[in-house]
Amino acid sequence: MNTPGLVGPVVALLAAPLFLGVIHRTKAVFAGRNGQPMLQVYFDLAKLLRKGAVLSRTTTGVFALGPAVAIGAPIAALSLLPQAGFPSLIAFPGDFVLLAALLASARFLTMAAALDTGSSFEGMGASREATFSALAEPVLLLCLAAAARVSGSASLTGIVGGLTEADWQRGAPVLLLVGVALLGVLLAENSRIPVDDPATHLELTMIHEVMVLDHGGPDLAWIQWGAALKLWVMGALSVGVMLPIRTGSAWLDAASFLAAMAGLAVAIGVIESTIARLRMARVPQFLIGAGAFAIVAIALILR
Amino acid sequence: MRVLLDTLMVLLVFTNLRLLGVSRLNASIRTVATQGVLLGIVALLANSGHLTLRFIAIGLAGIALKGVVFPWLLLRALRGAKVRREVEPFVGYVPSVLAGVGSFLIALWVAGRLPLPGTAASDLLVPTSLSILFVGLFLVVSRKKALSQALGYLVFENGIYAFGVGIAYEAPALVELGILLDVFVAVFVMGITVFHISREFDSIDTTRLATLKE
Amino acid sequence: MLSALVLLPALGGLLSFFLRPAAWRRALMIAVAAAHAALTVATWVRPPGTGWGGVLRLDSLGQLFLGVTSALFLVSAVYAVGYLRRESPGAREDFVEGFRFTNAPEAVFVGCLLFFLSTMTLVIVSDNLGLLWVAIEATTLASAPLIYFHRHHRSLEATWKYLLICSVGIGLALLGNFFLAVSATVHGGGSIPLSVQGLRAHAALLHTPWLKGAFIFLLVGYGTKMGLAPLHTWLPDAHSEAPSVVSALLSGALLNCAFLGILRALQVMSAAGLDTYARGMLVVFGLLSMAIAAAFVIAQADYKRLLAYSSVEHMGILALGVGLGGVATFGAMLHVLGHSLTKAMLFLLAGNILAAYRTKAAREVRGVLARVPATGALWIAGLFAITGSPPFGTFVSEILILRGAMEQGRIVIGVLYLVLLAVIFIGMASTMSRMAQGEAPPLPAGSAHGESRLAVLPPLVLAAAVLAIGLYIPSGLAHALRSAAGMLAP
Repeated sequence: MNTPGLVGPVVALLAAPLFLGVIHRTKAVFAGRNGQPMLQVYFDLAKLLRKGAVLSRTTTGVFALGPAVAIGAPIAALSLLPQAGFPSLIAFPGDFVLLAALLASARFLTMAAALDTGSSFEGMGASREATFSALAEPVLLLCLAAAARVSGSASLTGIVGGLTEADWQRGAPVLLLVGVALLGVLLAENSRIPVDDPATHLELTMIHEVMVLDHGGPDLAWIQWGAALKLWVMGALSVGVMLPIRTGSAWLDAASFLAAMAGLAVAIGVIESTIARLRMARVPQFLIGAGAFAIVAIALILR
Repeated sequence: MRVLLDTLMVLLVFTNLRLLGVSRLNASIRTVATQGVLLGIVALLANSGHLTLRFIAIGLAGIALKGVVFPWLLLRALRGAKVRREVEPFVGYVPSVLAGVGSFLIALWVAGRLPLPGTAASDLLVPTSLSILFVGLFLVVSRKKALSQALGYLVFENGIYAFGVGIAYEAPALVELGILLDVFVAVFVMGITVFHISREFDSIDTTRLATLKE
Repeated sequence: MLSALVLLPALGGLLSFFLRPAAWRRALMIAVAAAHAALTVATWVRPPGTGWGGVLRLDSLGQLFLGVTSALFLVSAVYAVGYLRRESPGAREDFVEGFRFTNAPEAVFVGCLLFFLSTMTLVIVSDNLGLLWVAIEATTLASAPLIYFHRHHRSLEATWKYLLICSVGIGLALLGNFFLAVSATVHGGGSIPLSVQGLRAHAALLHTPWLKGAFIFLLVGYGTKMGLAPLHTWLPDAHSEAPSVVSALLSGALLNCAFLGILRALQVMSAAGLDTYARGMLVVFGLLSMAIAAAFVIAQADYKRLLAYSSVEHMGILALGVGLGGVATFGAMLHVLGHSLTKAMLFLLAGNILAAYRTKAAREVRGVLARVPATGALWIAGLFAITGSPPFGTFVSEILILRGAMEQGRIVIGVLYLVLLAVIFIGMASTMSRMAQGEAPPLPAGSAHGESRLAVLPPLVLAAAVLAIGLYIPSGLAHALRSAAGMLAP
């Protein structure tokens, strides 16, 4: 049994809601509020898990499958991702494609569950999600491919875990481009401003939230936890590419990784507090901009 | 030093793509200013091995003209003219950004076929300058307002300056000609023409300059 | 001597801003033009040395262009005096749309005209390619206020287009110069000076891929200014909105100067063994320009735009002639002379017609022969000269270019050339002869009566010159043309 490989996923499972808490607190500070407690997300999850779920008579098994995959797929993705110097549970060449596929399947079933309800609002959300993710997923793959070229490895162990400061000195321009593009994908895939507003309560403007309107109780808890995990996966990926700190000491590496994750959460909070949300029609432009960076990065490598 | 220059080149490509995607005139003027300052820094760094008074002057003149004077003139013209502060392109933003990426790919290809005979300060200098050039030309032909066109011309001219900076060590007195071109632009294209156009039409939209055609 | 040629008009231009009485200013313009012409003649008699430490140099190619420019300017200056008398200061009514506008101050007009001459001279006499570039940039600077002489929105639009498109062209030409500098970097340090002489002397050391790139950018850049398609779009607008005397100088002198820039690049290419490559591109651009001009000449409604498109055509002919090489190069040199004289004459005549009819629409002009007989007769003569009909000089040159194509066995190019010439002949003849004949409509209010001597004499002189070179080329001129063409031999 690969015991060190379990550390990353377990820590992620436990700490992902805290990541959201840091974002919320940052936004509260910017808005001049006290804000909710840092651990509010845990309280919410606990509350939801204690409740029962109400299922509409028009729904089928697809609706029930949605939440299961929404939490299952990110956990599987975590097992592929090396974090903070700890190796991943499973590693093989080309595993970054599986990572992207797992995230995509979670989204697919969330969309399918949304369509299954037959509600027009949820159908609208699913349609938007499909449009934007069709643009975001290629960008994610391009970014990973570019990082794979720089690190000279086709496995996430090499891409995220094996990047060193020397790679940065050689390929700083490429990695800079990849980092910016990854940040764009992270914001888009996790329904953050400027693509989607997680705090909005107007169905007409929502993307992700509107898809899960009919889920309640434990189902909703799984979906929210899954969303937090997905954010953690993308964040860990970005941090792994952007800040390859290798001190040699496992404790120092772990501490610097957690500090970087906290920094990323604060940065997302700052972005959400200072940037206005894009008009829906401008979102594809945002994603194509991120894609442009990724393509330029690839072109620079293949030159 | 090389990494720093390469990073600056990537930042220049950033500004290119932003120029193509941004919709507000104010923001695009600021982006051009940023590009100008970056270019001035490139001029200083690219020749830091033999930093003579000439290169310091070229770099500082670049920063002063492209980063400060032109943007200031354009912002003034924008305030003076009663126009909508949108770029109003003929070609949409998404195709524009894609064209920018395409131009970078073409520039990389061209630069790959044209190796600099001397030692360049950065491999990315030639492709970046060519792509700035292409983006400038694209902005000139794809934007409606006289102000955006002047801005596009400035970007085009930035590309020439970038190329000139890269070869300044080998080509005496040529980069200075590029700065002369800048002054020429300042005096004519922007100072007088934008002033006259905004006075004559109460707007600087060149679609209204469309009486003369076949 | 060379620096005097450049500085004299510049000083004159400066002075004209300070001279108060209009008559003095006009006299100054004539005096400077005459002195410039006299100095030019002196360079033909006794070849001048170099100037400004070897940067200025007059070779036989430059001598031809200098002669054309100086003669045209003298004639145009005489015409301009009459033009300025007609254009009294104060607000006037626009005859197209009926709003009121003013002209730029006359001092600006005269001053810029003289600066224009100075900068064009500098283009011709500079041996250094960097200085050549500066000079061509300066011609744009000096001529833009001339195009914006009538201060209204159409001329402003024309000026804006002129500045923007020519600035892009100038920028591309600068890039071409940068490429040239890179190609002139010798491995292991050191570089060849960017002068025509220096580059030709060390042509074998030039780096070929960069040199090819340099030629493309120089061709497109200076070609923009020269009016080669597809970047000719500023030309019809600027020519139709500028005062006629300015149009005459733009077409007759400025386009030539830009052409000279391309020829300098060609000289370097030839010495470096890339002659075929460079000439091939000239042929393509030449034929393209002729084709585009032909498309727009047919059914052109504005007679000044008609003449402008004819300039695009003739620039195409020049590029084609030099591109073909051999005897066609000689033809092209003769054509530089013939086209400049003819086109300047036609623009001056167009100015007369504009004054008499107060419209630029060709369909509203009828009976020029009846209303202003001398202008009308010259207009018909100009029609035949510009379309290359015998017995005018342009006929000889166009036939020589055709012969050049046929001698090399490039039949397709020769046939295309003939077809395009025929199309343009039909297009121009149908519009221009219709204007000359028929019954004159009643006079519009405020139009000029009769023809003044100053309005007829300059075009008459030009017509006589075109006719003369068609009938007999004096041995001195033939020698000059031959040595100019010889400089462009591979």
